[in-house]
Amino acid sequence: MILSIARRELRALFHSPLVWVLAGVLQLLGAWLFLVQLEEYLQVQSRLATLENPPGVTDLVLTPLLEALAGLALLVVPLLTMRTLSEEFRDGTIDLLLSSPLRMGQIVLGKYLALLSLLSLLCLLLALMPLSLLLGGEIDTGRLASGLLGLLLLLGCCAGIGIYLSSLTRQPAVAAISTYGALLFLWIVNLAGGEGGGPLFDWLSLSSHYRRLLDGLVFSSDIAYYLLVTGVSLTLAGRRLESRRLQG
Amino acid sequence: MEPLLRIRDLHRTYGDLRALEALDFELHRSEVLGLLGPNGAGKSTTMRIISGALAPSAGAVEIDGIDLLRHPIAAKARLGYLPETPPLYPDLTVDEYLDYAARLRGLRGAALGRARARARERCGLTHSGRRLIANLSKGYKQRVGIAQAIIHDPKVVILDEPTGGLDPNQIQEIRTLIRALGEERGVLLSTHILPEVEMLCGRALILHQGRLVHEQPLDAAPPGNRLALRLGQPPDPTELAGIAGVTRVEAGDGKHLVLHLSDGTDPSGIADHCVAKGWRLLEMSPVGDRLEQLFSRITLGESAP
Repeated sequence: MILSIARRELRALFHSPLVWVLAGVLQLLGAWLFLVQLEEYLQVQSRLATLENPPGVTDLVLTPLLEALAGLALLVVPLLTMRTLSEEFRDGTIDLLLSSPLRMGQIVLGKYLALLSLLSLLCLLLALMPLSLLLGGEIDTGRLASGLLGLLLLLGCCAGIGIYLSSLTRQPAVAAISTYGALLFLWIVNLAGGEGGGPLFDWLSLSSHYRRLLDGLVFSSDIAYYLLVTGVSLTLAGRRLESRRLQG
Repeated sequence: MEPLLRIRDLHRTYGDLRALEALDFELHRSEVLGLLGPNGAGKSTTMRIISGALAPSAGAVEIDGIDLLRHPIAAKARLGYLPETPPLYPDLTVDEYLDYAARLRGLRGAALGRARARARERCGLTHSGRRLIANLSKGYKQRVGIAQAIIHDPKVVILDEPTGGLDPNQIQEIRTLIRALGEERGVLLSTHILPEVEMLCGRALILHQGRLVHEQPLDAAPPGNRLALRLGQPPDPTELAGIAGVTRVEAGDGKHLVLHLSDGTDPSGIADHCVAKGWRLLEMSPVGDRLEQLFSRITLGESAP
């Protein structure tokens, strides 16, 4: 059931030009950033060699690239999640799902799974660029893996939030804008609380957990944070579908 | 016999608005039940509640003996629902869409292929499998909507205004299909086209302002016990009144007459009589339908003519 829903969702995504354009634009911007970082690295490389413990290509190319990609992801995810449920409400196609022998959780999970596979695919495409450095040099694959895991967790988390916000409205545009708002807020919430940030704001922020993963530090608490936010969002989306039946 | 669908004391409010109040009815196997009412009477609300898309404020819905609210999954597996606007995805082809609908109802593999082929055949979609739904005409979209509702061979089929917005030929086809569906299932049909109900349904429920105001078996009743005649050479009205089975004669403008018949009178006997007497029978038709009179009387508070 979940897979059937995910499959239709993916089909709908790939039938629309939106995904192709997004993938293209994302790849182009990613490539540009990658090349800019790489060029900078090559310029300072000779001077770095004189240092005793020089930062490597991973520090100077990959980490900034992944950091920038996370910013791009915040721009991309709301566009992908906005139609998931709101379009079904608007077109009345939700009636097909509601009159079928399905649990609300299955509907939400199916949608989430489709988005997650699409986002993983985008991640994979972007990961090919830093991996191409392996042809001519050495990179810290462990750190790259941790960074990519972070990116994937971040994207999955954003998708969960996007699906929940999409379940609140019939207008995809409203869903997109509120998702932008929510994601950007969670991204910058750690700026509050003065220098160093309060521990609560720091914990709430999407970005502080991501940064640790970029540094190659894989804490179960960071992974738990992303999974928790995703789980709560999806549960809320399921509850929302239930309560829509009561409100009419 | 256990009814296929049992609605008990169903209530639904939207804020202060009472959309449904104390609705009670049953739908049996091999029955087409018509749900009638002016717009806003609660027809679609009733159907959405039965489909599970809307929760009732109070009351119970049983599908094939299974409580919809307590065991929604098992109950919905026995149900097919066509909403007022068919829930179609324009970016899928007919086959893809029907496969999706069948999978959602738990069909897999060979059973799915068979179900799809059967649904397509029943709904006249045999040659449209690879067409994109976005490019279909409204009539075809409606057919796909019905195919979706019957693909898993449900015991109860709910159709919300299935002939709305179709051209006369398409309406005929859909009606034929509904009649065939009603042979082995329970079909609940909502419409505001009264002749359609008389043609298709064995029983009609009239809803008005959220209440069930009338329940009427239709196949038992004759299409009407008044007969309009147009005669080329009309005789004296008293002579017509003398025909066996005629209780009263209303004389119109000379050639037009309306006969009131006693129950059980065969109109063909009247025709034979007119022909035998050489009155030159030009036209003969039943007058007004009972349902229409009933409907306007109930929903507008008008008295029957």
